[in-house]
Amino acid sequence: MFSFWQSRRIPLSWLLLTRQPARLAVALAGIAFAGILMFMQLGFRDGLFDASVTIHKLFDADLVLMSPRTMSSIGMAGFPRRRLIQAMADPQVEGTTPVHWNLLLWRNPQTRTTRSILALGFDPGDPLFTDPGLSAKAQVLSQRGRVLFDELSRPEFGPIADWFRQGKVVETEVAGKRVRVAGLVALGPSFGADGNIITSRETFLRLMPNTPPGSIELGLIRLTPGADPAAVTARLKRILPEDVTIYTKKGFEEFEKNYWRSSTAIGFIFTLGAAMGFVVGCVIVYQILYSDVSDHLPEYATLMAMGYRLLTLLGVVAREGLILAVLGYVPAWLAGQGLYALARSGTRLPVEMDGQRSLLVFAMIFTMCMGSAFMAMRKLADADPAEIF
Amino acid sequence: MTLPHADPDSSVAVSDLCHWYGSGVNRRQVLQGIDLEIRPGEVVLLTGPSGCGKTTLLTLVGALRQVQQGSVRVFGRELAGSSRAERQQLRQRIGMIFQGHNLLRCLTAEQNVQMGADLLQGLSYRARRDLAREWLRAVGLSDHLGKLPHDLSGGQKQRVAIARALAAEPRLLLADEPTAALDKTTGREVVDLLQRLAREQGCSVLMVTHDPRILDVADRLVQMEDGRLWDAPVPRTGSGTVLVGAD
Repeated sequence: MFSFWQSRRIPLSWLLLTRQPARLAVALAGIAFAGILMFMQLGFRDGLFDASVTIHKLFDADLVLMSPRTMSSIGMAGFPRRRLIQAMADPQVEGTTPVHWNLLLWRNPQTRTTRSILALGFDPGDPLFTDPGLSAKAQVLSQRGRVLFDELSRPEFGPIADWFRQGKVVETEVAGKRVRVAGLVALGPSFGADGNIITSRETFLRLMPNTPPGSIELGLIRLTPGADPAAVTARLKRILPEDVTIYTKKGFEEFEKNYWRSSTAIGFIFTLGAAMGFVVGCVIVYQILYSDVSDHLPEYATLMAMGYRLLTLLGVVAREGLILAVLGYVPAWLAGQGLYALARSGTRLPVEMDGQRSLLVFAMIFTMCMGSAFMAMRKLADADPAEIF
Repeated sequence: MTLPHADPDSSVAVSDLCHWYGSGVNRRQVLQGIDLEIRPGEVVLLTGPSGCGKTTLLTLVGALRQVQQGSVRVFGRELAGSSRAERQQLRQRIGMIFQGHNLLRCLTAEQNVQMGADLLQGLSYRARRDLAREWLRAVGLSDHLGKLPHDLSGGQKQRVAIARALAAEPRLLLADEPTAALDKTTGREVVDLLQRLAREQGCSVLMVTHDPRILDVADRLVQMEDGRLWDAPVPRTGSGTVLVGAD
């Protein structure tokens, strides 16, 4: 405490900044803008990747079987359903669910336009999602031509949920065949699919009559409690032929995210966007700090003439950078929160302000401000105390 | 001319000091073998026409410039061949008052003076602040502690600058035409104040001035022309003597 009182000085950096409110406002607006840009770009990027596995996350499965030819959820290839029955031979496999998965054309009953929707087909008696609410609703699917509509689907599919709640009979075409909406579920659109419907395998095969017999796109495997997924995977790999790939549930999600990450320019575009924000911020902060140092050069020179060390003066500029970083980050973070909420309601993307991204953006703003401060410090070398007399 | 055995107690001892500006064909000698000694507590005024090297001498004595040839000893320390850090440390013991007041625009009068007091080691923040207030009271600005330089008159600003210079408890005060930007009465007041406070502190003063009205505050008057220095008589107050040589 004593040493604090001894080392305490006039808060020169703070006063330099705050006694010029217009310049400070410009600087903070610039930093906040850069921060918001970074928050948005990184948020959208992560949100899109997260959104690609909206459905994947819901499945009640410990292990997942897919065809090795499957590249992503928008191009699911089939594999023999028998592989699931073979998997049942393992003592630690408790149950399995065969799932059909394809993108089909849905006709908007209001505007009559068609749009691609993700259709899942399963046996209504089998568990599909971890959410137990579905099992009760699934009973109505045993009637042919019935579907459950995802009420979180994008509005382009028509006012299905509203109509259904009003008690209307909602009928439309899927893949050219008549279906009736028999209930609503809440799943959420994913990156590959703007909307979802769930139906029975029987109805699904009627919608997709060309599906080879006994072929499915997804096999869910549930293990007995306490079973080690890695050990079971290893055993299944030995007994199952090469025409299926085994994933853990996490691996299944990662596989999908990885597709969007590597096979599309999304990651690159949004990372580039964030980098742009970083560069713009650097330029603004550098400009502000450089002109601040230039304007006060005679004053810095005076301080040197009084006997202040150059290091002390460099510290003043560094502290200015630090103050700008902290003050600029706060509005950026708050605006980020607001814009994420806006993005969630506008696009239904799962964009959340998580700690990791908050930290990342702060680190970038910090680097931006301190880097600019170090660049601006070079101007201090021009402060020659001999010139001020 | 030279003082090979200068008084070791003197604040400033300059001997055979030469200085050049520029290089090659543009090289121009501004100081030609200067000798000067200032004893502790002595007030020395330096006059001479513009461009004769007065300010150069001041910056060399003030450890703001590297000595090229000759010797400058301040408080017994040789400045010729000194390092940047040595000069910076020495400057903490030298108060400087500039032609323009050179106050920090973003600081209040009190904070400006405290920038001087902050150079003192081992004092708490509160003690340094009280010191700043005391010095502002000494220069008659108790009522203007919280004002920014922008809101002070020229004379008030120069008084703040004096308080700032003295707050660091210097043993040598260098002033470069401190009255240049002030009117006659204010200039006189500022110089009287400077002389009185320096006396009280036992602080030597080397002041460059063109102003013939203030020469009587000097213990000693030296004149410079074309890079050379010689003693001149100090005029008495009210004697009506006008010093020739100052432009």
